[in-house]
Amino acid sequence: MFLPFLYELRARKVPVGAQEAIALARALECGLHESSLEGFYQVARALLIHSEAHLDDFDLAFLSHFRGVAIEAKKITEELLSWLKDPKAMKALSDEEKAMLEALDPESLQKLFEERLRTQTERHDGGNRWIGTGGTSPFGRGGFHPTGMSVGGGGGRSAVKSADARSYKAYRADLVLDVRQVEVALRKLRGFVREGAHSELDLEGTIDATARNGGELEVVVRPPRRPDTRVLLMMDVGGSMDPFAQQVSQLFSAAKRSTHWKELRTYYFHNCVYGRVYRTEGFRDPLPLPDLFRQCDARYKLVLVGDALMAPYELLAAGGGDELPTAGIHWLQQLRAHFPRSVWLNPERPSDWRGNTIEVVKGVFPMYHLTVEGLGEAVTELTRRR
Amino acid sequence: MNPAFRRFRGTERYLTNDALEAAVNCALVLERPLLVKGEPGTGKTLLAEAIAHGLGLPLRAWNVKSTTRAQDGLYVYDTVQRLYDSRFGDGDVKDIRRYIHYGPLGLAFQAPGREVLLIDEVDKADLEFPNDLLHELDRMRFRVTETGDEVVARERPVVVITSNNEKELPDAFLRRCVFHFIDFPDRELMRRIVQVHHPDVDRALVDQSLAVFYELRDMTRLRKRPSTSELIDWIAVLRKAEVTSVKLERELPFLGALLKKEQDLVAYADQLAGGRKYRA
Repeated sequence: MFLPFLYELRARKVPVGAQEAIALARALECGLHESSLEGFYQVARALLIHSEAHLDDFDLAFLSHFRGVAIEAKKITEELLSWLKDPKAMKALSDEEKAMLEALDPESLQKLFEERLRTQTERHDGGNRWIGTGGTSPFGRGGFHPTGMSVGGGGGRSAVKSADARSYKAYRADLVLDVRQVEVALRKLRGFVREGAHSELDLEGTIDATARNGGELEVVVRPPRRPDTRVLLMMDVGGSMDPFAQQVSQLFSAAKRSTHWKELRTYYFHNCVYGRVYRTEGFRDPLPLPDLFRQCDARYKLVLVGDALMAPYELLAAGGGDELPTAGIHWLQQLRAHFPRSVWLNPERPSDWRGNTIEVVKGVFPMYHLTVEGLGEAVTELTRRR
Repeated sequence: MNPAFRRFRGTERYLTNDALEAAVNCALVLERPLLVKGEPGTGKTLLAEAIAHGLGLPLRAWNVKSTTRAQDGLYVYDTVQRLYDSRFGDGDVKDIRRYIHYGPLGLAFQAPGREVLLIDEVDKADLEFPNDLLHELDRMRFRVTETGDEVVARERPVVVITSNNEKELPDAFLRRCVFHFIDFPDRELMRRIVQVHHPDVDRALVDQSLAVFYELRDMTRLRKRPSTSELIDWIAVLRKAEVTSVKLERELPFLGALLKKEQDLVAYADQLAGGRKYRA
């Protein structure tokens, strides 16, 4: 019965599979949902969802799947739903007949529905009292009643108010960045090496050496594990980047707070990189790219942040934004060639990435949207084995 | 399956809602670990205590640190001690079992009755940590390779795992858990929570401090927003200092109990001073 719901979830990229289905079936078998839709909502959410990022998708899927099941926390028998599954076509009603159907307010309607639900024992079609199809009773499907209630398909009222409230929207992974989430995403960039002074006891080595030494204790030491991730962060500031200042500053502070990197260098540029980057936001203290290439080798991971939106000549014409006789795109290609592990994070929506300079820049750097999800993909790209 | 299992309904000191109870009961019935996430200070760790208290079971806590390995939870083979003993001839070196020290998970398996095992802040440990525990949590058994002994849980412990979201947990691990995300309490629930902790506090003060608290949480520029435990502490301090009324102003008494970061204090002062426009 709930399997279509699982596919609904899968369609929304919520990872659910056989394991979840079996767990849910067992929970329902044990009666954990207390035979109510509200209970089913809670139980299904606990078992099918594994991350708060998917809670909102769950609410949406639940709403769309159970739309029209307008009774909260009441028994809905499978049997009833199966009666309603294939609605009988309804005879046409004259206006007088329609007027005869009394108008009911929602509360008395709900009460009436529950009462009928308790007393109804068989399928009804075309009638005017019981829950059925093609009739003029206030309850059922594919029928007509001015103030009636729709059961099992069609209709707009939500099944569970909490699903309707969509209170987990803020946790969606594709929506917002917050410093903490960024930190979590960046943490995956770390890597370790053993280097430096021999200051850690190598237990395995000690045992091995001692055994070889005929039982005489021989202590072996080794250098401790240290982080070995070097990151270059280059940010576009000013102009068209102003609306994204907050997002970029969050990324920046998260990167600065990450302590598990060996080195983090941050540089600034405007629009596009032309021959040099700047150490300060105010474009003072420039560092020519050839110097940067000398100081940093291919082990550095390069992250560029910018909207990559500019006038085409700024990117493609020689001396576009600078006196240097080299086009911006050429500098970008040099950066890419020197730092094989590099990505471009763009705060603009991916739907706006076509037909402008973004498309050109995207041809040089793998480009990702500046969201938690995009950042995660970018990190995966950066750490991929080559 | 046992339909008459003991349901968890919260305790006097720990208030729950339907969603949380459903999650706990799912974990109890399906005998799967319960993974609890949520903002810091929303009572993730306390939940394990509440479950233990509510079901009348003993609680065993395993506080995970960045250096904790999965193996530590099962058992540790004290090779250095054995090496030492063999060199100086102390004790019976032949009996390896003397040098096997069981960890929290190993002890919970061997306990005579059902226990609640809290694996606190699982995300603190290395990325591989949860994966290394998959098999043991699934089957509730493990083998001590040094002696060949198999440790099988007499009664499957109720496993509660908390995570602060510092690292993402592996999918395979998530699949085996019942998941619950503790929402930040709304005003009404928060009032009840405060009442549990400070039953005799003046109602007007609670109203005012709640108002200030939620206004503070709404300030978007704070790096770390105050949470439940900070509110409880703050009210405790206010009572001790016999403060009878608070309102959001520059000189909020004991602001340090709510805001713990220097930048946040600056941001707070800024905001109240009219709020300069945010600059990149």
